[in-house]
Amino acid sequence: MAVGARRAASFPAAIFRSEAALPLGLLAPTVIFLSLLILVPIAQAVLLSFQAADGSFGLDAYKKMFGDTAFADSFRNTILLLVAIVPIQMVLALAMALLIHSRFPGHGVFLYVYAIPLAISDLAAGIVWLSIFTDQGYLNTILTGLGLIKEPLAFLSYENLQWVFTAVVVAESWRATALVLVILLAGLQLIPREYFEAAELFGANRVKRTLLVVLPMLKPSLQSALIIRTIFAFNAFAVVLALAGRQLPVLGYEAYDWYYNNRNNNVAAAFATLILVLTIAATVTYLRLFRVREGELGK
Amino acid sequence: MTAAAPTLRRRTASRRVVLDRVLLYTVAVVLALWTLIPIYLVALAAFSERSAIYEFPKPLLPTRFSTDTMSFFVNSTGVLPSVRNSIIVAISTIVLGLVIGAPAGYALARFRFPGRDGFQVGVLVSKMFPIAILSIPLAVTFIDLGLYDNLIAVILVHTAMVLPFIVIVTSGVFLAVSRELEEAAQTLGTSRFGAFTRIALPLALPGLAAAAIFSFVTSWNEVFAATILTVRNTTLPAQVLASLNISPLYFRFAGGFFMIIPSLFFIFFMRKYLFNLWGPGR
Repeated sequence: MAVGARRAASFPAAIFRSEAALPLGLLAPTVIFLSLLILVPIAQAVLLSFQAADGSFGLDAYKKMFGDTAFADSFRNTILLLVAIVPIQMVLALAMALLIHSRFPGHGVFLYVYAIPLAISDLAAGIVWLSIFTDQGYLNTILTGLGLIKEPLAFLSYENLQWVFTAVVVAESWRATALVLVILLAGLQLIPREYFEAAELFGANRVKRTLLVVLPMLKPSLQSALIIRTIFAFNAFAVVLALAGRQLPVLGYEAYDWYYNNRNNNVAAAFATLILVLTIAATVTYLRLFRVREGELGK
Repeated sequence: MTAAAPTLRRRTASRRVVLDRVLLYTVAVVLALWTLIPIYLVALAAFSERSAIYEFPKPLLPTRFSTDTMSFFVNSTGVLPSVRNSIIVAISTIVLGLVIGAPAGYALARFRFPGRDGFQVGVLVSKMFPIAILSIPLAVTFIDLGLYDNLIAVILVHTAMVLPFIVIVTSGVFLAVSRELEEAAQTLGTSRFGAFTRIALPLALPGLAAAAIFSFVTSWNEVFAATILTVRNTTLPAQVLASLNISPLYFRFAGGFFMIIPSLFFIFFMRKYLFNLWGPGR
């Protein structure tokens, strides 16, 4: 802190010296670009959401948003998907990360395989699982082949909303676990090997080692994985649309729908603002819940 | 008896090691199958005849390989132009992202300066930010600017999405390139810029390529902004999304597989930089 303060004190003088002007000049394009495409649109979204179509200010857009027949459902579905998907991803990704980290022969190949979905879009993932869950799809083929069911089941029909929901959970868990894996593995690599060896030496078995040594040290990575996954879950859109269509409304879809089909920028902006508020609230909550103390790993 | 006890113990110990190994590989293989089987199945659907999509039960082995469905998809109206648009947008995103972001990465790697920490926090925050959702207010601006239904609008949003990652990767890359080499070149009479272009840049090329590939895949996959910002002149994912409700299943399966293709190569090139991209920021 003291160093920072001293540096800040010499700031006005330093900026005119070429040594400080050069880095600031190199950073300027990024700062300007991100401000124009993030900060300005955030302000705009909030502004738009408090305007009516004729430009007058008021709560019109929010009244329409809360009055939307699909609003309660879309809000509930978004939260439920988040609650269902995030824990599954955390467990799966942790299992994958610990496996890879044990450096067994051939772990490189497995890392390659596990990481493939990292580069698959939510839309493509939705379509992949559509081929499995659709009426004449592969899941029904396998289940009838095994003699478990007589007739194909309509997994994606509005009559079986719990199945539609499950299909989305499976598709999202399949796709985005890879991202959590990479974050956790990056965190694991920062833990000095000696910690594992010491724990082993003191006779801690694998489960104990994981719970008592690895997880606490992995807290910063778990935290950032949770934040990223939660933020993306609030924006879930294409995977839901590909699998469930309109049967399972989510906030991201409503924002798209109000903009694209109803041509109402203001209500769409109200949905966008709601998603932004949820994003910020979730991030702050996670930061509070898992306060990473100075000096802990990953700092 | 006394001599046999240790060997017995050793044998049970080694049996436990073997059992451990078997368990480990079983779990690893199950998780790999969980990842691979869905990709295999959609590929199977994409490479069968169109009529086969409505057959039941479906063959689970590629006994009737056909390019019928894929060629139907590629030749459908709007698909090839949207693929071309996707490639234009992705390549422009790479170029714009590197031109704007690489200098910032270089500055982070080489200089200590006021505001450095603040800048890094800003980069981390924008890395996690759901930028696509900002397409809604941006669309209003782009209409005013006459950029609506224009690929430039999509390029700008995609660049904003990849920029934080480019800054992080390039700063890591330039950190790895020895500063002494650059300084040595300068003492030998090269200008600072010359030292950069002739020493640091060539050494950093593999890392910059990784940043480029990451940008390509991010842009290739992005659907929300592309859907909001364009109507006719659109990218592949937006084209597929717009026709989800009206297109036959085989069109969707072919489209899904087509969109996945780059991801199969992505990791191969990105392995070294994966942890740099998503690890805790420095």
